[in-house]
Amino acid sequence: MSADSFAVERARIDASTRLPVLVWFASALFWLVFGSLAALAASLKMHTPEFLGASQALTFGFIRPIHLNTVVYGWSSMAGIGTLLWLIPRLARTMLVFPKLLVFSAIVWNIGVLAGTVGLFLGMTTGIEWLEFPPFVPPILTFALLIVTFCGFATFRQRNERHVYVTLWYVLGALVWMPAVYVIAVTLCVYQPAPGVVQAATNWWFAHNVLGLWLTPIGVGAAYYIIPKVLGRPIYSYYLSIVGFWALALFYSWAGMHHLIGGPLPTWLVSASVVGSIMMFIPVLAVALNHHMTMVGNFHHLRYSPTLRFVVFGAMAYTVVSFQGSIEALRSFNVISHFTHYTISHAHLGLYGFFSMVMFGCMYYIVPRLTEWEWASAGLIRLHFWCSAIGITLYFVALTVGGWHQGMMAQDASIAHISQVEFTKPYLWARSVGGTLMLIGNLTFALLFTLNLMKLGKRRVGETTFRTPMKAVRVS
Amino acid sequence: MNRGIILVIGFVLTFGSSWVGLVYLPYTQMQRLEPYSNELSNEVYPKPLEGSAADGRKIYIANGCIYCHTQQVRNAEFGPDIARGWGTRRTVARDYIYDTPIQLGTMRTGPDLANVGQRWSADWQHKHLYNPRMMTPGSIMPSFAFLYEKRPVDESTPDALILPGPWAEPGFVIVPKPEAKTLVDYLLSLNHSFDLPEARE
Repeated sequence: MSADSFAVERARIDASTRLPVLVWFASALFWLVFGSLAALAASLKMHTPEFLGASQALTFGFIRPIHLNTVVYGWSSMAGIGTLLWLIPRLARTMLVFPKLLVFSAIVWNIGVLAGTVGLFLGMTTGIEWLEFPPFVPPILTFALLIVTFCGFATFRQRNERHVYVTLWYVLGALVWMPAVYVIAVTLCVYQPAPGVVQAATNWWFAHNVLGLWLTPIGVGAAYYIIPKVLGRPIYSYYLSIVGFWALALFYSWAGMHHLIGGPLPTWLVSASVVGSIMMFIPVLAVALNHHMTMVGNFHHLRYSPTLRFVVFGAMAYTVVSFQGSIEALRSFNVISHFTHYTISHAHLGLYGFFSMVMFGCMYYIVPRLTEWEWASAGLIRLHFWCSAIGITLYFVALTVGGWHQGMMAQDASIAHISQVEFTKPYLWARSVGGTLMLIGNLTFALLFTLNLMKLGKRRVGETTFRTPMKAVRVS
Repeated sequence: MNRGIILVIGFVLTFGSSWVGLVYLPYTQMQRLEPYSNELSNEVYPKPLEGSAADGRKIYIANGCIYCHTQQVRNAEFGPDIARGWGTRRTVARDYIYDTPIQLGTMRTGPDLANVGQRWSADWQHKHLYNPRMMTPGSIMPSFAFLYEKRPVDESTPDALILPGPWAEPGFVIVPKPEAKTLVDYLLSLNHSFDLPEARE
């Protein structure tokens, strides 16, 4: 097949995904903005408890789950689904099946997240972390998710490309795992609650697998596609990617109980999970090595490609956050970090530094190919990148340092608990500053996306890059 | 690997292993747990919450107390929970058999509450909920003043709180709403000091 006809075929495949992918992305960005506003409110309340304190619906105990659920189910899941709906047809070299059904599923998903958020404002929380949405929400989300899984596999079945690239393994795995984990977790935590501590075990098995078996495979899978694509060179080692995939599938799913170390659960259960967490070194090392060796000699592309800059930042954050996660599961380390802001900073490095940054990078690549309109302003993209990158770095450093000291103080019974609270306040302020930067970054991206959808701004010839590439390679 | 079906089998096996290990096995093990009855004293523990304390637990959950407070006491090897006076023994699985949804928590922005009923009076709890900084200067806990009513002093009731010095508002009293009363009843009920044999070591 000639290069031209290949490009025509690819353009037609991209076009088949246009409407559903843009609807999933646009919804994701709505929830990103909403969820980051809730985040900032929650963050300010932690050092200034009177802020917005008069109304019950705006207390910390309400706002925090609203933030978590809107960014996990609204932003992250919807951005991830949009990305995988674009990746699957491209890698299978076939049209996306039932695009209108997928638009419908996005609407259903939005209804679920909206109803859940309203429910949380009304105080209808289930009281189970990561599953706070009221009991009428999970069936709505499950229905929408099963449509996506069905369409993903139906597209995959029609593939014209014999070779199944590793990205497809990751995203198809995610589409099988997420509905299974979600249905099992809501059943045993909400509808038919398991006895006592088994709820906690199921709860953290679920919460950790939302990261491990849903968002991480989408993020890592997307990076496996985008990095070689932008560089125009193949992945360093395909075999390494296979080892990495199966190790992740096996070990990540076992990791969740490290949230309960020292708690009232059977010791063997927590120990098994600690082993799973430590074994995560293998897949993380495989991915890190593979991405790094692909990048070697090509780091200058980061100077002009927005897509690559975001995805590579995300991939590096993945390595850091995963190693950190394995170490946090070690008992001697966990004794200090457990129950402190250290854990919060770790979670944000994962969900924002890694996953959200990879999603931003993917969107910078995908959206112009769907709207056939380039990004309005390289300056705004630069603003987005630096606000997000500096914001998450400040957030991470502040709460890592503050949280660690908090944990050291907690180990000393002669230090009153309130002294820990007083000690962490400056670090919580620094977190609010970092969080404000992240919010500005997110708003900038939402603005760029809106401008692109509405085809505002001057028409550009060629792609929007930070500066003119030195070599004539196709980048975005 | 180009066979879709083999991929899917791999997905199910890897994932299934963790489901069996982390969910199914603990489920079968924990299902058998029953309350402990001390044959000498004829005491049974734990007992399900009843009445006002059970309603108060719903208020505790609805207000998201779990995001800053744990309800678990750990052995000395994991930290000075017991030395801090947060309990006399570690908590074990049997303590939680009636707790649905379980409120173990994973964050200690505030202190552990597993035995908070042993530490403070109803009066202290009400004043602290009304304005935490009144009782604990420097606290970052939200005020739950919306669970209280401000009434003119001539409509006072026996429940009215007497606010300390600078916080007092002449001519008015602060009266707990029913939600505040049940919440405090729940907090006062929190007590995991019963001597369970498996928690002794």
